Amino acid sequence: MKPAPFAYHAPAGAAEAAALLADLGEDAKAIAGGQSLVPMLALRLAVPEHLVDLRRVDELRGIEERDGTVRIGAGTTQAAIGRSATVARGVPLLARATPLIGHFQIRNRGTLGGSLAHADAAAEYPAVALALDARIETLSPRGTGTIDAAAFFTGLWTTALEPDELLTGVAFPVWTGRRGFAVEEFARRGGDFALAGAAVAVELDGDDRVRRCAIGLFGLGSTPLRARAAEAAATGEVAADIDADDVGSAATASLESVPSDLHASAGHRTRVGAAVVARAWRRAIREAADA
Amino acid sequence: MPDAHAQQVAVEVTVNGTRRRAAVPPRLTLADYLRERCGLTGTHLGCEHGVCGACTVLIDGDAVRACLVLAVQADGAEVTTVEGIAAPDGELSPVQAAFRDHHGLQCGFCTPGFVVSVTAFLRDHPDPTDEEIRDGLSGNLCRCTGYQGILKAVRAAADGAAAAPKEHA
Repeated sequence: MKPAPFAYHAPAGAAEAAALLADLGEDAKAIAGGQSLVPMLALRLAVPEHLVDLRRVDELRGIEERDGTVRIGAGTTQAAIGRSATVARGVPLLARATPLIGHFQIRNRGTLGGSLAHADAAAEYPAVALALDARIETLSPRGTGTIDAAAFFTGLWTTALEPDELLTGVAFPVWTGRRGFAVEEFARRGGDFALAGAAVAVELDGDDRVRRCAIGLFGLGSTPLRARAAEAAATGEVAADIDADDVGSAATASLESVPSDLHASAGHRTRVGAAVVARAWRRAIREAADA
Repeated sequence: MPDAHAQQVAVEVTVNGTRRRAAVPPRLTLADYLRERCGLTGTHLGCEHGVCGACTVLIDGDAVRACLVLAVQADGAEVTTVEGIAAPDGELSPVQAAFRDHHGLQCGFCTPGFVVSVTAFLRDHPDPTDEEIRDGLSGNLCRCTGYQGILKAVRAAADGAAAAPKEHA
C-alpha cells in the first residue's frame, strides 16, 4: 500500500462533513473524486491523518440554472459537466474547458469542487472560474458562505477555504447577448497539464465594440490569473480594430511568477501564453461576431 | 476516533458479477484490492499514480483508473475488470479479438487497461472518427507497439470488422 495510513470517514451529509472537518482541523483532508489527491497520497506528497470522503454526500451533486447563474454542486463530475446541456448553453467556457482536463477516465471521477479546492495553477477549471467571476459556496459549522473567485486562489495549491469549510458549489454567471468563448492551451501530450493556457470570454455590443471581456490565464503563475490590463485595453474598442496578437502580448506583459522547470522555461511559457491568448481571443471574437 | 493504523472498513463490491464482502484498510487502492484480495491480477499496475492507465477498470460502467480509487470508495459499486470483458465461455469480446487480429499488443502489460478503456469508449462513441479514437486512447500508455496496431484494432472494432472469423496459420 503506497499511501501512509489515515483514518477514514464517510459522512452521509454536507453538514456532517463540515462538522467533521471542523473537529479534525488541519489534520483532515476532504476527498471527492480523488484524481489529484490520491496521486499525492501515493507519492506521500500529502500525508493527512484523516480523510473525509464526500462520496455519500449526494446533495453536493447537480446542475441547475436560476437567476442568471448556473449553479453546479461541488461533487459534480467533470464528465457530468461535459454532458450537461445546461452548462453547454449557459456557461460555454466551462463546457469547452472540460474535454481538456486529463483524460476521459479522469473526468469520470474528477469533480468541479475538487479541481477548485486543489487549485492547481495549470488547471483549466480554476482559470474559468476566475475569468467568469464565479462565486464559490461554502459550508462550515459557522454557516454558509460565498467567496468570489478573485479572492479564492491565494497561492500555490492554496485557497481561501478555512480548514472547517467545505466547498459545496459554484455559481457561474450566465453571459447573454453577442457572446463568444474559447479555451486554448498547449501541452506536449494531450491530457497533460498545459504549459500555458487561456480562457477568454467576450461580449460585443450592436456596434461590434467589446462591451466586456475576460481573460483567464493558467500555467503562467502560482495561481490562475486574470489579464485585467489587457481586458481594460480591449473594452470599448471595435473588435475588428483589435489585433489579437497585441491582446496576447498585453496579457502576458507583466507576469511576475511564471514557472520555469524541465518542461519549459519561464520565457518559453510566456511566449506560449501570448500565443494561446491570441488564439482564444480570435475564436471568441469570431463566435461573438457571428452571434 | 479510529486508530488510523488499525482501522478496517467493511466494503461490499460486485466484481465481474460476483458480490464480495471484505474489511479493508482505507488506504488500500481498488487496484490492490482487486489484485490481492480478489486474485484478479489482470488489472495491471504500472505507475500507480494515474498516468499510465494500465489499471483501468469499469466502475458502474465508467472507465476509471483503479490506482486512483480507494477500495472503500467502491463500496456498493459494480466493478468490471479485464477478466469480466470476455464471454463466460472464454470467447473474446470484439475489442479483444480486434487487438489480437491487428497486433494491438506486444508484451501485453498495458493491454488490460487498453481493452477496458476501449470497451467503454466504443460504447459511448459507437461511430468514432480517427481523431476521436486517438483522443480516447490518450489516457493509456503503451511502450511496445508504437500505437499503430492499437489504432487499427480500435478502428476495426468500431467498424465491426473484428467480428469476422479469421484463419490463423
